[in-house]
Amino acid sequence: MELYSGPLDTKEIFGRWLDEQAESNYGAYIPFVGTIRAEDDIEALSFDIYEPVLQKWFDEWQEKAKALGAVVKMAHAIGDVPVHTSSYVSAVFSPKRRVALELIDEFVEDFKANAPIWKYDVKHGKRIYAADRSTPMNGAGLLK
Amino acid sequence: MIKVEFLGPIGKSPIEMEAKTLADVSAKLKEDNTLTDWLDKCAVALNDTMVNDLSTVLQDGDRVSILPPVCGG
Repeated sequence: MELYSGPLDTKEIFGRWLDEQAESNYGAYIPFVGTIRAEDDIEALSFDIYEPVLQKWFDEWQEKAKALGAVVKMAHAIGDVPVHTSSYVSAVFSPKRRVALELIDEFVEDFKANAPIWKYDVKHGKRIYAADRSTPMNGAGLLK
Repeated sequence: MIKVEFLGPIGKSPIEMEAKTLADVSAKLKEDNTLTDWLDKCAVALNDTMVNDLSTVLQDGDRVSILPPVCGG
């Protein structure tokens, strides 16, 4: 898992991951890129991350992938990420395509629902929590 | 004493309190009007492990994190 301040250098990351696994005999490599879209007059999105819980969440996914003979990778930005740049990339390597196609779907969806990352719109230099696009994590409401 | 920290957009400084279980933490946080809109949407971690049981017993020095709704990517 890799965390960066500001936008991701997607080509460097994907190229490096590809090089790292060049001799691993994986038949499938499926990358996913999340790019900030220009909408609602935002200048950027901004992100807070709680790394200790994110690391545990990611470690569990690595174990799940390993049980299938696969590898999951991810990188995410912290702080402001301007429109048309990337805040999130992930990838799955697996021996055959079907496992990778299914894993990237499950992994990205669970990431959206349970990775401890908070998103803000940046408008006129102000950060506004994206409450209406955010999802309560598994177990939410325990203390209500 | 245990410490309660509020993550992301909640924007509240950490607080310390006496609590034997997460139910005690719940009772104390419900007295805080600034948290009324948050508690039903927030998940909870104890020393950075997610927890789902109000009867979870707390030890002196434990750290409880309150995690509001998320949106990575």
